[in-house]
Amino acid sequence: MRNVEELTGEILDLASRHFGVDRATLGPHTDLFETLGINSLQVLELLTRLEQHFSIELPDYELQGVTDARGLAERITRRL
Amino acid sequence: MIDLSGHASLASALAAAVERWPEQTCLIELDRDRENHRLTFRQFGDRAAAFAGFLQASGFLPGSRAAIILTNQSAWLMAAYAVFMAGGVLVPLDPKLTAEEHRDLIAHSGSGWLIVEHHIWIGLRETVGVAAVVVGAPPKDVLEAPAQRWEDAAGPAAQIRSRQRNDLACIVYSSGTGGRPKGCMLSHANYLEQCAALAEVHRMAEGERYLSILPTNHAIDFMAGFIGPFVCGATVIHLRTLRPEHVRTALTKYGITHVTLVPMILKNLETAIRARLDALPAGKRRITNALVGINTALTRHRLRPALSRRLLAPIHASVGPSLRAVFVGGAFTDPATLQFFRDLGFPVANGYGLTEACTVLTLNDVSNPRTDTVGTPLPGVEVQVVDPDRDGIGQVAVRGKTVMLGYLDDPALTAETIRDGWLLTGDLGHVDAGGHLHLVGRVKNMIVTAGGKNVYPEDIEAAFDGLPVEEFCVFAASYLWRTASLADDTLVAVLRLSNGSGADTIDAFRRRNRQLPDYKRLGGYVRWDEAFPRTPSLKIKRDALAERLRGRLDAGGVADL
Repeated sequence: MRNVEELTGEILDLASRHFGVDRATLGPHTDLFETLGINSLQVLELLTRLEQHFSIELPDYELQGVTDARGLAERITRRL
Repeated sequence: MIDLSGHASLASALAAAVERWPEQTCLIELDRDRENHRLTFRQFGDRAAAFAGFLQASGFLPGSRAAIILTNQSAWLMAAYAVFMAGGVLVPLDPKLTAEEHRDLIAHSGSGWLIVEHHIWIGLRETVGVAAVVVGAPPKDVLEAPAQRWEDAAGPAAQIRSRQRNDLACIVYSSGTGGRPKGCMLSHANYLEQCAALAEVHRMAEGERYLSILPTNHAIDFMAGFIGPFVCGATVIHLRTLRPEHVRTALTKYGITHVTLVPMILKNLETAIRARLDALPAGKRRITNALVGINTALTRHRLRPALSRRLLAPIHASVGPSLRAVFVGGAFTDPATLQFFRDLGFPVANGYGLTEACTVLTLNDVSNPRTDTVGTPLPGVEVQVVDPDRDGIGQVAVRGKTVMLGYLDDPALTAETIRDGWLLTGDLGHVDAGGHLHLVGRVKNMIVTAGGKNVYPEDIEAAFDGLPVEEFCVFAASYLWRTASLADDTLVAVLRLSNGSGADTIDAFRRRNRQLPDYKRLGGYVRWDEAFPRTPSLKIKRDALAERLRGRLDAGGVADL
């Protein structure tokens, strides 16, 4: 079972690859929207990647109120 | 299409559709690649009648109010129809609001029943004292009375309770982000008139397919993605996720003919198409560009969908080969984006409307959209420009049968907003010689996000309470400066810093700002050194402060936050 820190790292790895952003610029509390230069719809693309990676289903509403990878990791933990 | 003139209520009109097309599919609910539900009009009507029976058995009376907090799904429409059958008033709420905001609006609307999605119910159950019907509760969860499962909420099939055309049908909140709730009271007549007017301009045919991806609590989708298609015998398709790849799949696989988008989604679609074109090998790209040029020239005066589909087959096949109309509304759309789609031959038409007027006031002709305007008034809508300046620009006022009854429990705000039957829109514009409305700014300090959400700057200020500034105030950029583009409107904070504070305070603002949901975030700030003008009761005189700002700064003076 992964812990939240490990999950956060995996999310950031995926996000940096998917959006082509240098991994070094992303931290657990980095604002994903701002750093990745994306809007609330584009960030949904990340959910699909995460679903494939973690073999779970993530409804769109799990992104509501989430601004950073750490927050997203906490939501995913509940579903693993 | 059902003749709406003979119906006094939405329930009666929907019942006529159920009776006329019993075996046709009216509703498909998709989740990713799965079909959760596929319902005929008869099945839809039967489930709604059973739910209406349940409501009536639980004491629901004519005029009783029920709130819906659901993301788009088949239960939304069935529950809404059931509320109307039982003679009730529907209160559609935005599922994205916080639990506190939901509680406030449930209380403000006087809703005694709540149809709610399970994950939202979890945040509300301890504090909301209303009868709740929970959709999507996992089988293992035990719900305590007065809450119960949607699956169990069925009674003997109810008959439709008759209503008068001017009876209240819905209370729709045009602002829900805190502050002063604005509950627009809309009558059955408002909706029936709106639907009839829209059908005069553009009517769906039986069996055509509408993709409902805007939230149905929003006035646009309620009309364009529920009432409209149903009374035309068309099919509504719900998608449980807005992920671009699933939207694309639905558009092509399900032969979608109609869809309504907010500007943000249209812009994303543009970005995706541009990326695909840029990825073509140089030779193919040149050929495609040439074909786009030919298409633009041949469709300058009127779109020719069949021709464009042949000339630009790969693009149309990937976006939506059956699209007959793509409507854009909810916020101001960048004319360049509209032109991009027009050049490719897509039938994209923008419009303009307000929840206070049921939805749509003006709409572009889908076969010949004027991308620099928001279209011409719908039949029955009168548009007037109040106190025009020498350029003909003034506040847009509208009159017609779709103007709301008023704001719930707020006669003062109603009187400010509707004068002598004219609804003051708060938007600045002018009407050209061809009767097209152009919007250029706002009289009202408000922004509409690209996602179609109304945000009142006053309501945002509480999120910054406690930060070490002497004074601050939030404005919509378009309210301060008419030159600001309505397509990229943003919230601007005016900060008067305490003596000795500086960069640290700005950083604190920035950090707080980043914690907010995107639609509440400030886009920038200006520093201001004078004390804010205030009323005797110490409220900020916003108009006076705005006037001073305009006199000293232009939009270029805004620093990023």
